[in-house]
Amino acid sequence: MPNYILPDFEVERRDDRCIRCRVCERQCANEVHSYDEENDVMLADELKCVGCHRCVALCPTRALKIVKYSGTFRENANWSNQSILEIYKQAESGGVLLSSMGTPNPCPVYFDKILINASQVTNPSIDPLREPMETRVFLGKRPQNIERDETGKLNNNLPPQLELSVPIMFSAMSYGSISYNAHESLARAATELGIYYNTGEGGLHEDFYKYGPNTIVQVASGRFGVHKGYLDVAAAIEIKMGQGAKPGIGGHLPGEKITEDVSRARMIPVGTDAISPAPHHDIYSIEDLRQLVYSLKEATEYKKPVIVKVAAVHNIAAIASGIARSGADIIAIDGFRGGTGAAPTRIRDNVGIPIELALASVDKRLRDEGIRGNVSLVVAGSIRNSADVVKAIALGADACYIGTAALIALGCHLCRTCHLGKCNWGIATQRPDLVKRLNPEIGYKRLVNLVTAWQHEIKELLGGMGINSIEALRGNRLMLRGVGLNEKELEILGIKHAGE
Amino acid sequence: MKLVEGRVRIPSGCAISGIISRDRRKFTGERIVESMKVMRERSNGLGGGFAAYGIYPKYKDSYALHIFYNDSNAKRECEAFLNEHFEIDEASELPTRKIPEITDEPLIWRYFALPRPSRLAASQLDEREYTARCVFAINARIDGAYVFSSGKNMGVFKAVGYPEDVGRFYMLDEYEGYMFIGHGRYPTNTPGWWGGAHPFSLLDFAVVHNGEISSYDANRRFIEMFGYRCALMTDTEVITYILDYLIRHVGLTLEESASVIAAPFWSSIAKKPPEERERLTYLRTMFPSLLVTGPFSIIFCFEGGMMALNDRLKLRSMVTAEKGDMVYVASEECAIRAVEPDAENLRYPSGGEPVIVTLNGGKDNA
Repeated sequence: MPNYILPDFEVERRDDRCIRCRVCERQCANEVHSYDEENDVMLADELKCVGCHRCVALCPTRALKIVKYSGTFRENANWSNQSILEIYKQAESGGVLLSSMGTPNPCPVYFDKILINASQVTNPSIDPLREPMETRVFLGKRPQNIERDETGKLNNNLPPQLELSVPIMFSAMSYGSISYNAHESLARAATELGIYYNTGEGGLHEDFYKYGPNTIVQVASGRFGVHKGYLDVAAAIEIKMGQGAKPGIGGHLPGEKITEDVSRARMIPVGTDAISPAPHHDIYSIEDLRQLVYSLKEATEYKKPVIVKVAAVHNIAAIASGIARSGADIIAIDGFRGGTGAAPTRIRDNVGIPIELALASVDKRLRDEGIRGNVSLVVAGSIRNSADVVKAIALGADACYIGTAALIALGCHLCRTCHLGKCNWGIATQRPDLVKRLNPEIGYKRLVNLVTAWQHEIKELLGGMGINSIEALRGNRLMLRGVGLNEKELEILGIKHAGE
Repeated sequence: MKLVEGRVRIPSGCAISGIISRDRRKFTGERIVESMKVMRERSNGLGGGFAAYGIYPKYKDSYALHIFYNDSNAKRECEAFLNEHFEIDEASELPTRKIPEITDEPLIWRYFALPRPSRLAASQLDEREYTARCVFAINARIDGAYVFSSGKNMGVFKAVGYPEDVGRFYMLDEYEGYMFIGHGRYPTNTPGWWGGAHPFSLLDFAVVHNGEISSYDANRRFIEMFGYRCALMTDTEVITYILDYLIRHVGLTLEESASVIAAPFWSSIAKKPPEERERLTYLRTMFPSLLVTGPFSIIFCFEGGMMALNDRLKLRSMVTAEKGDMVYVASEECAIRAVEPDAENLRYPSGGEPVIVTLNGGKDNA
């Protein structure tokens, strides 16, 4: 069948700089570069290039540049190059289009249309270098009433809590979708930072049990890798009902990624596809969710908080309210722009709602019903920097999950081809020669640096607002103003427009 | 549109003062007025007020409702509501003295009332909660009526003006009580409404406050889950509701409540002995949304005494002193010296350190 596909990129090589060292050739798992010995020239098959920049970064003479392919179809405002190419691909393959990471489409990013307040004159801003500035949060359920013993002393009647030094956690990414070294980097960083990372639905490699106190283990629809020891070693258990990048559908890890180690962690045979069904087949309604929440609590003697993670969909406020009444200690909401290791393109780009709107409406609904204090809210779905964290908390979140940002810290260049399994940066791959490119010793330090840097910035922003504890920011929407938002958007976000 | 409380948020600087006789000896309101007078610099004439305790011995078992009315329609509507929900012992205009400094006063009425027993029983609430909900209902639903005082044997007196003029206007020199607090306001805006002056009061709780809290909306949105409605958008209002919630509904002591709203830093908690550490960690974890940040100094009064408290960084001045059974709290030392030149044990309480004064022979708590 004829192939009409155009390349995405062009490889520009400055011949006056190229020393024919062939690093690019060795580094490219996509086999873009090759060497023509006869003519002593480096060649490039541009159709294979995913734009991961591995060759650019490692070229010792900076001879390489990857640029956007300049060829184009006849210009058409309605039919973009992308639309045309996708049709060619589907006409060739007859298959569902697959994509990785969050949607690249220009969907509205409400965080960018929200501005943060600062103190002037009537109350003092606080300098975090001179005064204490607190970013510690506890996640979990709060009881309705206090209890005292016979002497009047307060009893600690708090259910189990997660203590975070800073309201940021690494979101669920399974061993299998990402590499051993990526997982080790996340686990070690979470431990050093006093936060948590999340196993995703991939089970837990035995080497990582030692990071249990900083591990959230996931129970998803495929129940891969779930056993008593897995639940017992964790700090918290997350039931994954949905994911922002692919609400309403399950997961599929192809057999070639199910290596010996991955198979053991997932408790499935080597080389078989790991298919997570779209729903949990024991949860067809809210009362079933309640049963799973309490089954997991029973299994772990009520010592661990249970998180229920859902994708941000249209009716999210009512869904969250149902979850809050179903025994969950923490609700995690993953927004429309959230990342993924692989998702059908149409689902990723068209299903779900942005996290900012979902968060604002959930927080409001839980308050209207008087149950916001019963449950903690964690949000995800493209938290890109510390300002996004601050805005999310002021809208009402207790903490944020970061996935893509953490991977970028590890070296991910967002080429969005995780589903191909040939990650040149050693992150989204199981090929040993590629995995070893990610050094966990360096990887974990980069993650620690990232979160530490964000913590500094959060403190600066808090101090500017005259707030010295992140607790006083939570739901503090008066600290936010919208710019360029319409009345309805402002109403849903529960914020005023700048100037008001 | 007039910029009044409830429509806009108006930050204010302020002066506060409080005087209490622990032996419940009565003195006139003249002293608190004198004390406030020397802090005139800290107000700008746009709000002043007082709360006085022990002033209505004749009606000490009735709720004394002080109400502002914009017009006689509001009064008619409100009185219909009151008659439906309360048995009213006495209704009269609150006595005032015409002075040139205070103008544009609304109708100011006082009612001594008790909940109608049949209504109270039907509501399945205790007497205080019933009364509090009636106050909320009037303030939220009856346009032009505003209950600004609703305690027993106590009363709030407030207006737009300098505190000393407000004191003269309400003839505070003719009231005798065992505890008084005063407030002078320096709003950064032009409020035209008497209800926006302080103290803010609910039942026998009254609060005067100096500061601008940065946690306002976090606190407001949390406390509104429990039936409170922050209609005025002022710090004082939300702080009063937080204390009412923690003390009356949750059942915390004053000291525990102080550890919630002006919680010690985690680094300080870590240095405490184990039992204290556990208690403070519990309170912070249990009520994180009621932590109040930003500058404040408050005096919180209840029937049995008062608590003075600063924000945990002490970003507002506050001084305490004693003389015999008298205890004084004020924004500035001069406000104490003005009424008690020989005051002793002058102290500047640390940030977050509550100073709790209770009546001798009374209960220790609100």
